[in-house]
Amino acid sequence: MEPNWALARKRPALEKRARIVHAIRAFFVAGDFLEVETPHRLPGNAPELHIDAIACGDGFLHTSPELCMKRLLAAGYPRLFQICRCWRQGERGRRHLPEYTMLEWYRSGCDYRALMEDCEALFATLCPDGQLAGVDLTPPWERLTVAEAFTRYGSLSLDEALVTERFDEIIALEIEPRLGQERPTFLLDYPAGHAALARRKPDNPHVAERFELYIGGVELANAFSELTDPDEQRRRFEQEEAERRRLGKTPYPTPEKFLRELALLPDAAGIALGVDRLVMLLTGAQTIDDVVAFTPEDL
Amino acid sequence: MYTCADLKKGLKLMVDGEPYVITQFDFTKPGKGQALYKCKMRNMITGNIYDRTYRSGESFEPAALEDRDMQYLYQDDSGYVFMDTKNFEQVSLSEETLGDDHYFLKDNMEVKILLFNGRGIGITLPNFVNLRVTHADPWVKGDTAAGNNKPATVESGYNLAVPSFVETDDLIQIDTRTGEYVTRVKE
Repeated sequence: MEPNWALARKRPALEKRARIVHAIRAFFVAGDFLEVETPHRLPGNAPELHIDAIACGDGFLHTSPELCMKRLLAAGYPRLFQICRCWRQGERGRRHLPEYTMLEWYRSGCDYRALMEDCEALFATLCPDGQLAGVDLTPPWERLTVAEAFTRYGSLSLDEALVTERFDEIIALEIEPRLGQERPTFLLDYPAGHAALARRKPDNPHVAERFELYIGGVELANAFSELTDPDEQRRRFEQEEAERRRLGKTPYPTPEKFLRELALLPDAAGIALGVDRLVMLLTGAQTIDDVVAFTPEDL
Repeated sequence: MYTCADLKKGLKLMVDGEPYVITQFDFTKPGKGQALYKCKMRNMITGNIYDRTYRSGESFEPAALEDRDMQYLYQDDSGYVFMDTKNFEQVSLSEETLGDDHYFLKDNMEVKILLFNGRGIGITLPNFVNLRVTHADPWVKGDTAAGNNKPATVESGYNLAVPSFVETDDLIQIDTRTGEYVTRVKE
């Protein structure tokens, strides 16, 4: 019998993937971040309307390690990172897998701006020639607010999009493809209702300190200044959870330990970056299937 | 009824009373926002292509189509002719309707022909077909890496990538659903 051709031909991509993961790890270790592992199966995730977890035994597979990472921050760990598998029900497309690899890192004593600088520095080590598929990686990268992006690229203004509930559609279809084309773009300052775990801007309560990183039209990372007020976090969870239940989704238990310890969380910021998409960008792959050994359909 | 979770490449559904097949599908989701299902669909009668984007919560009617077992007979001016071996009824499909599938047809091949109001509008081939390689670059001695590939042409004129050890006159198996090489076949 011949070796499985579909697997054998992925070898250059898988070798590159391994080198990228090693380089990421070396970058964070050199920056004095502690690498941690947290449980993949949880009693419940942070409730978010548009993210569905996969049930597993009497709990759920995590959709992000964020709750455990923030409990560690609250316990006094200043800099943390984790590279782990995450699961999201029903997400399958050219850039989506229901099981994928996430890189998350967290810093205390700063806000989301420090994470933008981390992103710039991480790419300087991953792409020493300062170029990635025609995108110039020289810092500082573009910082574009969501409101400016709607004005520049959208068929509606941000306010009109929010009123007509077309925010996601305009972001995905009109704005995203234009971002990060000449140099990477940080799309920042989201409407407060679109950032369930982010801190509001001190000088503008309608805007949350959240950003997404785009390179070549690809959404690569989501970050925010962490919300540290347990009462406001509880209210937001209750709101999201009520909406989830209204849509008939499996209820999550309230993460009481997380909410209790949130009171001790210092000013901090955290970011989640899709490793598979990063490898896609660095290898020029057109689909996420090309950078993983097995897709769900291959099993 | 189908929901958005059923949407995928190859799904056939009714839109405005006509059958459509999804030819390209992508799931996309902005950040933490609502999922969007981007479809490129071909009208199975006119061949026209449309882009449609659906949001979760929408539902779709399956296309009213009949799948019938038929046998491939021959190619003539009208296109590719197939026969129902039970009642000897014949239908003809154009090369345009068949797309790349015409490369994988062999005489007397048993296929499924898709009918809409008695008209042939699509085909389902056996999953695998064996075809002879009519041209492949010679094997370079020492090139034993399993993942290396090179271009080749098979008897029907179809071009595909094959592993470096495949040579002219080899019989190879092709997956008709993806058009990709599977393995060499012993004769």
